[in-house]
Amino acid sequence: MKVAYWPGCVSRGFTPELHGSMAKIAPLLDIELVELDRGACCGAGVIAEHNQELADTLNARTFALAQQVDGAALMMNICSTCQGAQSECQERLDANAEYRAHVNATLAGEGLVYEQGLSNKNLLWLLVEEIGLDALRSRVTRPLTDLRVGPFYGCYIVRPTDRLDIDEDRPRDSYLSLVIEALGGTVIDYAGSHKCCGFPIITMNKEASLTQAGRHLGDAADAEADCVVTPCPLCHLNLDLQQPLAEKVVGRELNMPVLHLPQLVGLALGLAPSELGLQRHVVKPKSVIDWSTSVVAQVGGSAGA
Amino acid sequence: MAEFTLKLRRYDPESGEPAYWDEHTVDLEPHRSVLEAILQARALHDGSIGIRCSCRAAICGSCGVRVNGKPGLACHTHLDKAQRGAPDGVIEVEPMGNMPVIKDLIVDMDAVHWKKIQQVTPWLAAKQPVPEREYLVEHEAMVDVTQSMACIQCGACVSDCLSMEVDPDFVGPAALAKAYRFVGDPRDARTKSRLQELADDPHGIYDCTHCFKCIDACPKGVAPMSQIMRLRRRAGSDCHIEDPNNGERHERAFVSLVRDFGLLNEAELLPRSYGGDSALAKFKPAAAKELASSLPAIAKALLRRKVTPSTALRPHKLPASDLKAIKHIYDTVEGRAERVELNLYISGRDEDLL
Repeated sequence: MKVAYWPGCVSRGFTPELHGSMAKIAPLLDIELVELDRGACCGAGVIAEHNQELADTLNARTFALAQQVDGAALMMNICSTCQGAQSECQERLDANAEYRAHVNATLAGEGLVYEQGLSNKNLLWLLVEEIGLDALRSRVTRPLTDLRVGPFYGCYIVRPTDRLDIDEDRPRDSYLSLVIEALGGTVIDYAGSHKCCGFPIITMNKEASLTQAGRHLGDAADAEADCVVTPCPLCHLNLDLQQPLAEKVVGRELNMPVLHLPQLVGLALGLAPSELGLQRHVVKPKSVIDWSTSVVAQVGGSAGA
Repeated sequence: MAEFTLKLRRYDPESGEPAYWDEHTVDLEPHRSVLEAILQARALHDGSIGIRCSCRAAICGSCGVRVNGKPGLACHTHLDKAQRGAPDGVIEVEPMGNMPVIKDLIVDMDAVHWKKIQQVTPWLAAKQPVPEREYLVEHEAMVDVTQSMACIQCGACVSDCLSMEVDPDFVGPAALAKAYRFVGDPRDARTKSRLQELADDPHGIYDCTHCFKCIDACPKGVAPMSQIMRLRRRAGSDCHIEDPNNGERHERAFVSLVRDFGLLNEAELLPRSYGGDSALAKFKPAAAKELASSLPAIAKALLRRKVTPSTALRPHKLPASDLKAIKHIYDTVEGRAERVELNLYISGRDEDLL
């Protein structure tokens, strides 16, 4: 499947292992990535907070570039925040033809035009809705047996439910659990899975922000998770990069590895932790690497026997 | 008629006993409400069940509860839908969150919700001189505040606010939506001072964590988070209020970094949020202090090569031709005499108008 691939900013900045691991798993899932390397930042809700039309126009330009990718089935992103911020802009652009024309007029100088109805899906949605859980399961070469994984969605990919088309028939707010199960892992239920990582207020109220991160990771640890997995690199920044500081704020050791979604998928597809950039995390994913080593040893052992 | 099983969270703080779950089965038509089921359980099985209600028509805002973990009005939640949303078919009803429980499903709205509403001066400070007859105002300006006026003060948004969960002093979604109701009203004389207070308050508009919980919780479509973003827009972009919480600086730095680089440059965003929107921000005392306090995280990130000196100092950037296009967008949109905003709550959607 060919997709117009929107990596977002953070996967090319402070979480390069996300962009890298996506590139590694794509061929194993028959996804052809055509990178949208000319689009601007989605604004992460902050540009919209400053000027809604500015955010809508920047994203309309990215959508128009995606629609120019020949033969692409849809636009795919790897960031919950991009998904949410872009969905919000797209909702306005799609709802009102007059407004769409007004925004397109600003893009006209470049010969770009956004046509209503683009399909823009996070990798998580694409795995479940386009590839399918059965097909995903059939590609697993190293099931995540005995790996206890806590899902962490990121607010922007689960709310508001109306805008994101989440309902009983399309339970996108439980897709991470479905994917973890399809990869052979054990899903850990804990209080923080659908809550906020705190990142948006890290510069405004650092203590509240780090309390959020620390509390959710603590809940995952109490539920005996080996790691948590997230489709959002901004959550990753607060949960992984800031974890040493979050530990101080909540007054407990956390040591909770935080994986990007493509890294978890990659492990089950047989890739080595180092190929997926796991060594780049601030919190050493020891439990995951130990798991991976023991699985490789078992496979080696049975092959030898 | 059909059978529905309710699992009610019971708690009486005066009893000294911990909270417990209490199950009752009721017989009602599927389109009846969760409130009617609770009232039937109370009438037929246990008269001591505590629930507050009045209009039973989703207008008085008295019966806010959590049904299957989600906040809403008990009178506005159909039994069949609630049953479908319950993992084992048993409808769970709990009191709202972020507020102390008085008894069973009744929470203390005075202690939290109403206290916060009072904090935002919830009345009109009439512009002087008061006209002899009515004020004459633009139709659009009043339409703009109708969304926040739709609030029925049920507290569902307060119940699930994730900022309030970690910072109980946060003014919160209901009170901030109420604040916008007056900030957006052209007859109000205190627009600037209201915004100044809410921007300066460490628990004010910049304490909202953008989690969208309040938007999902509201049974009336008020979208409190959208009203908070409007307050920020009015405070930062219109009134240029510089706050001590880095809110306006963070927004300004974000917007100008994307204009200059096309992409977000994280290594610059942090120091600029503290030190101001300039490449020299990192040398300002506020930014230097913040960078020093983040050293444990920065050191580990450098050590693991998550962040390299080259990615930190030479940020990613779009090609020049694209940056030119981005600048054109900025110049066009920011050059407009008036900001263009589309609120779907007011305008509706094309398909609704067919």
